[in-house]
Amino acid sequence: MSAQKDRWVSSFFFLLFCASSIPTRGSARLLQELSPQEYFSSLQAGRASLSYFSHNVSPGAQPFLEQIENSAEALQDYGISVVKVNCPKEDVSRYCVKENALRKAYLFSALLFNEVKYVETLADLQNIENALKGRSNMVFAYVPATGTAEHRAVMEAAFVYGTVHQFVLTTEAVLLKDTSNDKPDVSSARLLFCHCQRTTDLAQPCRRTAMEQALTMLNIHRHLKLMGAPLVTEVTEDPEKVSTVHLQLGLPLVFILSQKETYEADRRTAEFVAWQLLGKAGVALLSRDLVDLNVLLQSNVALKTPDEGVPIKYLVLEDTDEVITLVENKSKVEQIQEDEEEEEEEEDDSEKENNNQDIQDDQVVEAVSRDKKRELPLEQIHALTEETFHSALLETARTVVLFYASWEAVSLAVLRSYTEVADHLKGTRGVLLSRVNCWDWPGICTKENVTQFPAIRIYKKGERSVMYNGMWGTEELTSFIMLSRVSCPLKLATIEEAEGYLRGEFPSELSSYHHTSLLGVFSTATSEAREAFEEAGNILSGHVTTGMYFEDDALALSCKYAVSPPALLLARSGGRSVEGIALSKQSVQDMVQMIRYELLDIFPEITVQNLPRYLQLRKPFLILFSDGDIGQIESKEMLKLAKGRPQQAFVACWLNLRKTPVGRGVLKAYFATMPSLPVLIWVELHAGGQVFKFPSEQSITEMNILSWLEKLKAGLEIPSSTLSEEDWKPPLPAYDFLQMMETAVPELPLHTSHRRGDTPARRPPENPGGDITVQEEPSQDTKAEKVGSPGRDLRGTVPRLAAREKQGKRHSEL
Amino acid sequence: MAPAVCGMLLGLALYTGSLRVVSGAAFLYHDYCIIGAGPSGLQAAYFLQQASRDYVVFERSHAPGSFFALYPRHRKLISINKRYTGKSNSEFNLRHDWNSLLSHDRRLLFRRYSRDFFPDADAMVRYLEDFAALLKLRVQYNTAIVHVTLERNTQAWNGHYFLLTDQDRQNYKCSSLLVATGTWVPNVVNFPGSEYVEGYETVSISPEDFAGQTVLILGRGNSAFETAENILGVTNFIHMVSRSRVRLSWATHYVGDLRAINNGLLDTYQLKSLDGLLEGDLEDLAIIKDKKGKLHITLRFYLENRNTSAGIDSITLPQDELDNFATRAPYDRVIRCLGWKFDFSIYNRSLRMMPGKGNKKKYPQIKPSYESRGTRGLFVLGTASHSVDFRKSAGGFIHGFRYTTRAVHRLLENRHHGVPWPSTVYPITQLTNSIIKRVNEASGLYQMFSVLADIILLRENATAFEYLEEYPVGVLAELEMQTGRKAPNGLFVIIMEYGRNFSGADKDVFYYNRAVGEAQHAWQSNFLHPVIYYYKRLPTEREMRLRPPDWPLPRPDAVHHIVEDFLTDWTAPNAHILPLRRFLENCLSTDLRNFFAESCFLFAFTRQKLPPFCRQGYVRMQGLMGSEGLRRHAVDAGLLEDYTPTDYSGDSPPDSHEGSQDQLLRDHAIPVRPLQHLVNTKDEL
Repeated sequence: MSAQKDRWVSSFFFLLFCASSIPTRGSARLLQELSPQEYFSSLQAGRASLSYFSHNVSPGAQPFLEQIENSAEALQDYGISVVKVNCPKEDVSRYCVKENALRKAYLFSALLFNEVKYVETLADLQNIENALKGRSNMVFAYVPATGTAEHRAVMEAAFVYGTVHQFVLTTEAVLLKDTSNDKPDVSSARLLFCHCQRTTDLAQPCRRTAMEQALTMLNIHRHLKLMGAPLVTEVTEDPEKVSTVHLQLGLPLVFILSQKETYEADRRTAEFVAWQLLGKAGVALLSRDLVDLNVLLQSNVALKTPDEGVPIKYLVLEDTDEVITLVENKSKVEQIQEDEEEEEEEEDDSEKENNNQDIQDDQVVEAVSRDKKRELPLEQIHALTEETFHSALLETARTVVLFYASWEAVSLAVLRSYTEVADHLKGTRGVLLSRVNCWDWPGICTKENVTQFPAIRIYKKGERSVMYNGMWGTEELTSFIMLSRVSCPLKLATIEEAEGYLRGEFPSELSSYHHTSLLGVFSTATSEAREAFEEAGNILSGHVTTGMYFEDDALALSCKYAVSPPALLLARSGGRSVEGIALSKQSVQDMVQMIRYELLDIFPEITVQNLPRYLQLRKPFLILFSDGDIGQIESKEMLKLAKGRPQQAFVACWLNLRKTPVGRGVLKAYFATMPSLPVLIWVELHAGGQVFKFPSEQSITEMNILSWLEKLKAGLEIPSSTLSEEDWKPPLPAYDFLQMMETAVPELPLHTSHRRGDTPARRPPENPGGDITVQEEPSQDTKAEKVGSPGRDLRGTVPRLAAREKQGKRHSEL
Repeated sequence: MAPAVCGMLLGLALYTGSLRVVSGAAFLYHDYCIIGAGPSGLQAAYFLQQASRDYVVFERSHAPGSFFALYPRHRKLISINKRYTGKSNSEFNLRHDWNSLLSHDRRLLFRRYSRDFFPDADAMVRYLEDFAALLKLRVQYNTAIVHVTLERNTQAWNGHYFLLTDQDRQNYKCSSLLVATGTWVPNVVNFPGSEYVEGYETVSISPEDFAGQTVLILGRGNSAFETAENILGVTNFIHMVSRSRVRLSWATHYVGDLRAINNGLLDTYQLKSLDGLLEGDLEDLAIIKDKKGKLHITLRFYLENRNTSAGIDSITLPQDELDNFATRAPYDRVIRCLGWKFDFSIYNRSLRMMPGKGNKKKYPQIKPSYESRGTRGLFVLGTASHSVDFRKSAGGFIHGFRYTTRAVHRLLENRHHGVPWPSTVYPITQLTNSIIKRVNEASGLYQMFSVLADIILLRENATAFEYLEEYPVGVLAELEMQTGRKAPNGLFVIIMEYGRNFSGADKDVFYYNRAVGEAQHAWQSNFLHPVIYYYKRLPTEREMRLRPPDWPLPRPDAVHHIVEDFLTDWTAPNAHILPLRRFLENCLSTDLRNFFAESCFLFAFTRQKLPPFCRQGYVRMQGLMGSEGLRRHAVDAGLLEDYTPTDYSGDSPPDSHEGSQDQLLRDHAIPVRPLQHLVNTKDEL
């Protein structure tokens, strides 16, 4: 008791009772004595004060007053003034006449004052409860004795929450028994939250939620916070992004997945569950119609744990009990884990790590190994060997060779696409598809300078081979092989051929094949440009068909397209309009660069396949995301915007979410909820990674976009999100064999620093310049000796005496 | 001709010419002189020829491989000639071809010379003749180098020239001397009565000569057992005696120990069929011939104690005191099969060619770079260089030294011709692959385990790396100087190792659970398996010196073992490649996974940085599109998100066929517990 008293004395809060009689001591007059009028006029807004109303000091109140005086100094530090209001006899104001005024101190916070009501009987409690019904909630606390830590915690909580809830305190065990269903342990403090605000029926008692944790300030605070949170949260955004009080306080959040049709029932379910889980977990109602969820339709419940990085679990549960068991078991498990944490933390961690480490997290490797049992249709693809390789190259005009390794995942993924290419090209004359497994025939691969796989080379009879450097995809590869069939650049002899070439009708091999054609037109004099173009065409072979025309009437041809030779005529696949481009660049590299640039579309539809070409421009992207084709008006406006600025500072493009569904993934990353489509986005891909969304209320017109872009540049717009700057770290740790070795074989002198101390005898000091072999020898010799020594005599055959004497003899000989 | 050459050289290099004039003798000059046209000499010649270097090989015999013309006496080589491996990978197949030398010429594979698993030595002689002839190696036959000395010259590559003298007093001058003479001087022991001992090099190989005889063989090596094997069927009995106990190569993993093919005598000894093995120091022996010509074993000790030079009868025999003395029966013949040693006699003292210590005294002292400890510029090749890995690896045998010879050649190319160690630069995305490729097919790493290592030098920011093959790991600290390559950003060292406590003469190598099947216990692997050491910086010479005993390398910053494999095939995606990738990722602090183009597309729009695979592939327009089937697998595995909108709100997909396929794929996804008993099959076999 005395220890508690000490604490009580030193605490800065007040106590209602003071059973012991401590003699009065002089104390600093921090305690103000005021009359009620003075007091109320001195109350300052926002300042708390502890007031004591007294008619006159009765002997029983003396020790209490003393405590208040003692606490005055401490309380001052907290901005609380301690005031004694002397109630004159005739004063009948509320504070002065109130029953048991002697036993109460009022905490004034600004103009509000709150009190912790002390009750002794059940009737008192019920009265208070009834009075609160429909108005506010009640916090009822039982403490076995006053002056305890729990008592103080309740009072501290009351200081914070007194304005929100009515605090009621008792030390009467009877009250506790009556308020709980089970047999409570009267020796421990207890706190109940009584939801009286919701209760309007006076006949009904307020719902109660007992706090299960020990009565500490922190736990009470946590409990009251949870009680104060809405029973059911309505969620309309990505559940991964949702955060509620529960999660912040380390409790799980249960989502009840709802649909428009069943909303009312779902809401009732959610509320029912919420009551059951009150204080243990939060409950949220998630409408599937509003959130684009990528989960099974049957899922009806989701569980989000407070642990960071743990994805939400979607579940299919039968009834609400399951939900409750789910949460309670989880917390039980967690409780146990917490208890055992200290001893087992490390082990547990390593265990967890190991389990994950073994699981394949490489999408390509996993996909290929899941596909390994399927037999690939390789009949169309010749398997070449060291013996057949060179002869095969001589057989066909074009031989395509895939160099791969049969154990390597990317190779095998490409091999799968390659079989599809073979299927597409079935019956195409003059092309042989073949493969070399570098794991079987490393010699060929080395000789052909294939140092990494997969690699594809196209060998043309009598010409140098071409290394394929495009996307590893069926379409791209097929197109490359098709286009490589025609020599690049193709020399066109007549103006008719040249025109046919531009129309895509010549050469006939490609007439049925959609492709972009590029025609270089040269007057004979411009041979330097022509040579460069020839080389550039060679480099671009397979990616674009190039033709050359340098007959006498070249001028006439080029004039038709408003350019003069040397010039390029570009006929894009699809629309067959021909663009004329003056050829000013002379070096091969510049020309290749220029052609690549010219091949880019002004307002392309961005796809997985073509994005890299535009990424290389290293410019911000202005993308119109669209579900399906974009509208004609938007298309026109965007095209105007793109064309308007020839030296565009950004890539204007659009993305068809139907064709490129991964675009949804992009939008998901940008926005918590899927924006309505179409949506225009500005992404600073290469600088800062900021993402801006064009205001949806504005229509997509060139003018609107331009003024919006102006605002962006001026920094007047707030980015919707910023791309993560995170580095690509190892996804999981590796086995730490070094550590395992040290743990398992502690004597293993792995540490060079240890080693010296551990085994000094084995390693006599040696000349520092010496080498390892010599260094090793002493130990080797001792080993050899050990092995050899039992055989020193003819084991078990020669008299021992003889052996010993012989030893002695030999030594004397030396 | 000699003066003409000399004159030409004089014209080319005046100062060397003038020196010759001063010394007065006529010298034939070559940059490189190789002594010995055995396997290692020819191997070195091949590499020098390929590099168009000025070299000559001196061979005392009229043909290459003269050792093999005589030895092994019973003509059966114990190096395997495995003609079938089920694989066509020529590099891999060299792991099981112990006789071929390295060359580009596919005709020069030993399996074309013999069909026998243990070929006849004549095949080796023919092979070596062809090797020298087909590759047009410059071998000067019938030239026995009888003396080697040094001529100081500050202009010379190594501060001196090597002056060689042949049996006809012809002198040769070389900048670099490659000693490939092997070990051919027979080991002999001297004890009273050793004059009655026949040597392995001259003993009859006709079993008839031993019919009904009792034979004692001195020695416990393969030549001793080979001799015993030959006469086992016709002798009364054979006893073998040597100082050390027999070491079986299948227990020690050292090919120089007793091979199972020669151990027929062990069988008859252990089955009590009169033959026997004894341990004893040969120097304590004495042999006495009685009047009937029978040879009696006694101890030198008894001989020294006898008072007079009386006849045989006065000499105490062990059985006089101990009537059950093992070798009390008299022998008809005693044969010495004690192996060979290096010929130290031809080197002038100034070359300081010192014998090794202890059990390496038959070899000259050399550094792990195969350079003599006494003389710079003198390299020892072949069998004579075995002190580097004696009783450990294969450096004393063709299938080992063909690689160490290549390593020496590469060191010389860098030292004298500024040709750095050959290397290939790869993007970092190829890191896992390049290691997997090498550990699965490289023969040099496999044969010269723990001696030769592949080195991966990291480029700045770990975006690329340089791959060096088969560098002598003992000189790792000198890597930059020896290879001409720089290692400022850390390195990986890839070697093959047996389990540290697995092999050995006394070890039971067939105990249960000897094989490790799980990747997480890979460090306890016992059979030969790849080990990768990671160093943030090149270890120093001091660190190399202070490395833990039995460790080929000092303590690394991290180490990875690829779990041993029954088939020595380390290409399993989850057991071998995945743990390796995790190790490499954690060393480099990066993500080395492969991604489909679609994932790279998503990353390109949602992250400011891309993983290396996307950066080096997709962004450079070489993304991996993947077939639709693979994409589905990745989605099912939960490794790729499917963003295709599932608009149809029905519970089942519209296409029932697709539904069933989905089910199939889901079934696929059920994790399969590893079949424990199959993982560890090694135990059962």
